Amino acid sequence: MSDLITQFRESLESLDRIRAEAIFTDALSRQSPIAAVEGLIVPALEQMGAAWHEGSVALSQVYMGGRFCEELVERVLPPSDPDRKHQPRSAIVLLNDYHALGKRIVYSVMRASGYELFDYGRMDVDELVERALADRIRVLLISVLMLPSALKVADVCSQLKARGADIRVAVGGAPFLFDGGLWREVGADAMGRSAGDAVAIVAAWMKEMP
Amino acid sequence: MNSMQRVLTTLGHKEPDRVPLFLLANMHGAKELGLSLRDYYASAKNVIDGEMRLLDKYGSDCAYPFFYASLEIEAWGGDTIFSADGPPLCGAPVIRRAEDIDSLRPPAVESSPALQRVLEAIAGLKQRLADQVPIIAVAISPFSLPVMQMGFDRYIELMHEQPDRFLRLMQANEEFTVNWANAQLAAGATAICYFDPVSSTTNIPRGLYLTTGQQVAKRTLARIKGPTATHMASGRCLPILGDIADTGTAAVGVSILEDFAQLKAAAAGRVSLLGNLNGIEMRRWTPAQTELAVKRAIAAGGPGGGFILADNHGEIPFQVADETLLAIRDAVDRWGRYPLDWVRDWVDPDPS
Ligand code: B12
Repeated sequence: MSDLITQFRESLESLDRIRAEAIFTDALSRQSPIAAVEGLIVPALEQMGAAWHEGSVALSQVYMGGRFCEELVERVLPPSDPDRKHQPRSAIVLLNDYHALGKRIVYSVMRASGYELFDYGRMDVDELVERALADRIRVLLISVLMLPSALKVADVCSQLKARGADIRVAVGGAPFLFDGGLWREVGADAMGRSAGDAVAIVAAWMKEMP
Repeated sequence: MNSMQRVLTTLGHKEPDRVPLFLLANMHGAKELGLSLRDYYASAKNVIDGEMRLLDKYGSDCAYPFFYASLEIEAWGGDTIFSADGPPLCGAPVIRRAEDIDSLRPPAVESSPALQRVLEAIAGLKQRLADQVPIIAVAISPFSLPVMQMGFDRYIELMHEQPDRFLRLMQANEEFTVNWANAQLAAGATAICYFDPVSSTTNIPRGLYLTTGQQVAKRTLARIKGPTATHMASGRCLPILGDIADTGTAAVGVSILEDFAQLKAAAAGRVSLLGNLNGIEMRRWTPAQTELAVKRAIAAGGPGGGFILADNHGEIPFQVADETLLAIRDAVDRWGRYPLDWVRDWVDPDPS
């Protein structure tokens, strides 16, 4: 299997859709769709995220690869498919900024990994707090690009806490990559360095949450 | 030595009297004048006064009349969103559909009030500084500008899926960037900082850079009538440092995400390096951490010249305290004097 993951990953990185699709189709002939997604797509995207973080894969490859995987997953696991994970209610948001690519990549990779989540688009602090409470969100993924926006996560976390929300917040985006201590300072529960990390964080939380 | 001599000496890969410092705290000028960022950038006079005060207070080795990246987008018909506590950002894309590119015309520098304001600021600074202190002006590269013109996601798709339109967009942008950079040089700028982070290996693989960003840079820099430095805005560049040098640039702004000693070895007399302080982390630095960061950068980059100490993004966040900027200045005074004899025996107390 690990050979196949490597081959699949290489075909994504070189934007070879035909080869990627062939490998995925072959996997589907031997296992259920959810098993193929979890055994092939999720690890390949996680590896690409980690490789981006250490500098050997570029963002354009992560983006194009994630988008393509999302299409593949969409085909075999339609949104209402009961095999999609039973997960805590989750949402992703771009806080305060106007640069949506980071959020878009994380959203693609989450969906390509079989997760369903609300896409809140861009929101400011008050709007986000109200919406997360109204939707009874348990896992909130926040993406930012600018430092002032990263600092505003502190307001989101303290307001959610003050209102007694049972919610965990994971953050990501450039300011958190450059200052490894920032996520704790703003009161988040976790920080991810790549879109793959978002999947790993939510998977770990799922085990802990009723 | 004055700042100009210091900078020219290091760019010639020789050791000046001390490590030059580019303290690129352009937004702090608004703080000095007690103005909001919106008001500050609304008039050239403010930026001239602000930059002069910053030079006085922190003794940086350059003036930096960079307003904000989205200013170029204003010239293309877009708008800018201001906020109280951070850099102005560009609003909705000016290229809404890929087909818009087919009829895209580069705006004239003369007809943009925003660009004229920058030219006025450069001319005012030149009048005050003569040739004592270099004036570093900014042009966003034709290859990186589309992120603001059309959004990053759609730009990546364009690059991969519509090569002809991509080339058409580069033609229009190259025309604009060349005119804009040359107008700034004519107004009195000493050099152009060519911001090209999309070319960074953080964003695209080397293979794609060689056929896109590097070609654009070669064509564009050849037409800019003055010296240039290429900035990756804290994106990675170690695997392409030699390729960037081949574009004819004099210096490269590198990233804290890569090992500075390795970057220095790769640059080896071919290009100078600009770096390598972490501007985001700087917000939380104590005086001791500040001194250590400066020592680390000087130890790795200083020997032999070819090095200017700066933050790794080309813009220090608004949130960084004045005390920290002063501590950087003091640390350079203390540890940046050539010859850098202390470097040989220095052991990093916390290598990681
Ligand atoms: C390319 C670039 C540019 C380009 C294009 C920018 C753009 N997108 O609009 C240009 C040259 C135009 C530019 C301009 C500016 N830039 Co710029 N730029 C960059 C650079 C190199 C990459 C930014 C980028 O878009 N990356 C792509 C996104 C998708 O990456 P990402 O956010 O990191 O997301 C990934 C991970 O972090 C993670 N992730 C993201 N969100 C989440 C969420 C969760 C929950 C998880 C788990 C993971 C996760 O997954 C993503 C995919 O792997 C960064 C530095 C860097 N090395 O990252 C600076 C950077 C973003 N720029 C910065 C700034 C300040 C600016 C300007 C405001 C400067 C100015 N004064 O004008 C302008 C703003 C432009 C605008 N839009 O108005 C700062 C922002 C921080 C700060 N100091 O406030 C940065 C971080 C540089 C720095 N080190 O300080 N820039």
